[in-house]
Amino acid sequence: MLLKPPETEAVPDCCRGGLYSCLLPFGLFGLLCLAWPRVAGGAVFTAQWAWVPSLDLNLAFRLDGLSLLFGLIITMTGFFVTIYASSYMAGHPHNGRFFVFLHAFMTAMLGIVFADNLLLMFICWEATTVLSFLLIGFDHEKAEARENARQALLVTGAGGLFLLMGILLVKSAGFPMTLSLLGDSRDLIQTHALYPAVFICFLVGAMTKSGQVPFHFWLPNAMSAPTPISAFLHAATMVKAGIYLLMRLHPVLGGTTLWMSTLVLVGGTTALWGAVQALGPCDLKRILAYTTLMALGVLTLFLGGRTVMSLTAATTFLMVHALYKAALFLAVGSIDHQTGTRDLNLLGGLMTRMPLTTLAVAGATLSMAGFPLFFGFIGKEIMYAGALAEEIWPLFATGITLSANALMTAVAAIILITPFFGPLPAHLKHTWETPWTMRIGPAFMGLLGIVFGIMPEWVSKHLIQPAVFAFHPDREEIRLFLFHGINLPLLLSVVTLTSGAVIYWQKTRLRRGIGAATEKLWVTTPGLYQSGLTRFLGTAAAVTRILQNGSLSIYLSVIVLTLVLLTGSVWLPHAADIVTVPAVTGPYIAVGLFVFVLGAAAVVVTARHRLAAIGGLGGVGGGVALIFLVFGAPDIALTQLLVETLTLIFVSLILLRLPPMEPIINPGTPSRMRTLRNAILSAGAGLVVFTLISGVVGHPLDRGQTTFFETHSYLSAHGRNIVNVILVDFRSLDTLGEICVIVLAAWAGVHLIRRPFGQKRAP
Amino acid sequence: MKSVILKTATRLMIGLMLIFAVYVFLRGHHEPGGGFSAALLAGTAFSLLAITKGADHVRKAIRIRPSFMALSGLALAAGAGLPALFFGKPFLTGIWWQTELFSAGTPLIFDSGVFLAVLGAILSILLALEEN
Repeated sequence: MLLKPPETEAVPDCCRGGLYSCLLPFGLFGLLCLAWPRVAGGAVFTAQWAWVPSLDLNLAFRLDGLSLLFGLIITMTGFFVTIYASSYMAGHPHNGRFFVFLHAFMTAMLGIVFADNLLLMFICWEATTVLSFLLIGFDHEKAEARENARQALLVTGAGGLFLLMGILLVKSAGFPMTLSLLGDSRDLIQTHALYPAVFICFLVGAMTKSGQVPFHFWLPNAMSAPTPISAFLHAATMVKAGIYLLMRLHPVLGGTTLWMSTLVLVGGTTALWGAVQALGPCDLKRILAYTTLMALGVLTLFLGGRTVMSLTAATTFLMVHALYKAALFLAVGSIDHQTGTRDLNLLGGLMTRMPLTTLAVAGATLSMAGFPLFFGFIGKEIMYAGALAEEIWPLFATGITLSANALMTAVAAIILITPFFGPLPAHLKHTWETPWTMRIGPAFMGLLGIVFGIMPEWVSKHLIQPAVFAFHPDREEIRLFLFHGINLPLLLSVVTLTSGAVIYWQKTRLRRGIGAATEKLWVTTPGLYQSGLTRFLGTAAAVTRILQNGSLSIYLSVIVLTLVLLTGSVWLPHAADIVTVPAVTGPYIAVGLFVFVLGAAAVVVTARHRLAAIGGLGGVGGGVALIFLVFGAPDIALTQLLVETLTLIFVSLILLRLPPMEPIINPGTPSRMRTLRNAILSAGAGLVVFTLISGVVGHPLDRGQTTFFETHSYLSAHGRNIVNVILVDFRSLDTLGEICVIVLAAWAGVHLIRRPFGQKRAP
Repeated sequence: MKSVILKTATRLMIGLMLIFAVYVFLRGHHEPGGGFSAALLAGTAFSLLAITKGADHVRKAIRIRPSFMALSGLALAAGAGLPALFFGKPFLTGIWWQTELFSAGTPLIFDSGVFLAVLGAILSILLALEEN
């Protein structure tokens, strides 16, 4: 065997397993490409398997133009992100886990866009929530990452519950769970009394997932995920799920005044807030996160419209954004990876050191700013056309789009110029270009921005139009062209670029002003979230301190007290009418046994030593077992006797190791008070249980069940012992559940008994 | 524990108790007994062994880890429900194999699963208690 050369201990520049796993998204992308021509021609592929038919939950999948567009974006971004991450995460101790999470996340996202069943979509939706929690908190040794992951989980998880409520409301109103059938009952749904509630529930679900104001704050914080994940999360998955939901539900819930006004308002606020905030920070990743907020806001704004023009604008911008955002995030990750910083003040002149990354960023930012010949230009033209075509507040929509785009132009300039141009700072002298795995993704997606920008007709015919047709009934054709002639949108584009340049020129002053204004806000949703969480955790801690304080005696008292108060308060008022003390008719040996059990119980209560108390307990159990035997229940008697024996052994094993009874019995309260309290509790519990049982006995017994089992036990199950036949045959699923509980309880018990790692036993 | 009486008695008792457990297990279908009672009996027998000779002795005697025993019991019980699926019946429906002399069926396998799961649970707690 050869000895390992010492060089291999250095950090490897590529994680091979991770690199090979890019075959999964690549294969899925290839499959989608196979279906692409036919879907673009209007075909729809469906597949369905029953899962839980009684809940209307079926594994129903549907591939139409909209799912195809999302599927292509997700798998393509997934492919490049995987290749990128194989170098970015190389040498990380948990990189295997990373790729599993990444691909699971991608699969869940694909599940959302391909599901044709609302409940199935909800399950995938929740899966993305949980997986994003794991990915955002991937560097779980950092407190900040854990905090941000929890924030994302709580916000999007709460939104998920709203989504579930919405789905259940739709179900309770009697509509089908199949998404493609819901569109047929559009008029019924929109005039239904529950429509506003359903709309609000779905909207909150989409808003939390897609970071709309006021639920936006988790998204900028989610950048504590490793950069490839941020790229994936912002460009293709997670935040796009809310947008997808709005698109998918547009033919069902959309088009009403409520829908249009709410979406335009929410989207407009988010777009403006995100665009303004993007000027503030110096952290490149945080800037990008705010630009995502702006993009999501604009998308929501356009989904508020109901003309084909607005929806085409939303779909086009979705593609534009996915391409430039993924490229930019990956490029920023490269800068961070090679220089160790993302701070704008520390970066500069990287153009000579990282030429290909510079080109990729240039392509992406020019598309983001909307320069002619880039895909973003096409997107911006159609956006202005779409904003002018909104039916509600077209001027508001246009104004928002204009200001957001102008701010985006300035931000694009900041991202491109500051890190890459100007003099190279001294501490960056030893910076070099990244390995090919980290260059191919940004470069390819930056390039696509130009290719799509030069041939917009092809894109609109094969991708955008099929997608829009999938969620809009009117098959009105809207083609994208390189040059639409001199019209209002073109004029607005010129205004955008000019004002963008002005904003860039004044960026330092604006940044200071925005920072000061943000600090003066007296109520913010992140603040509300934080104080709410603190109070919630404080209350939980207080309740735990009272109820779970570690004293077994308190636990038992609480349990018994609950039984006495809850059952007693309901039952005892009626007990007097129903309970009749039955006459003693049984064999007189039972009376003897009863006296014996009473005596044994007295021994337990009055014993001064543990051994005597244990003996008394055994007496009680044995006596009760014998009573069962006398009254003709040998099965119960046998089991009771065996359980008693075993319990006795276990109790002795534990109790005999504890210190003597006397010193521990009264650390705080006087012994007499404590005895009195326990006596009252026990007497109460005894009274409640006694009246309950005698109430039950007072009722005439229904022998229907017994007769069934008596006749079927031997014939169907070949057994004469009814009790056992019920246990292992008629009700064996119950038994299976019970033994699961037994094994789980034993497992928990073992871990309670064993000392935890590194902790010494209490003296 | 050092009691000679208990030690000697245990040596004689344990074999009898385990045989009795098998008997209780098998008679369960027609008379009082069954997997649960048998597991309790066997558990009591091993507790005696643990008290007199120590936990190591029990570990050697049962050869497999109690947690493994409990989990394989669960798997066996759940697996006993599978044959019914091949006959197009609901999960856990009893499937019987009958001859003129006797009839046997999946409930027997299910009951063995119950026996192993319960015995495994008892033993894992017992050993944890004894070893701590």
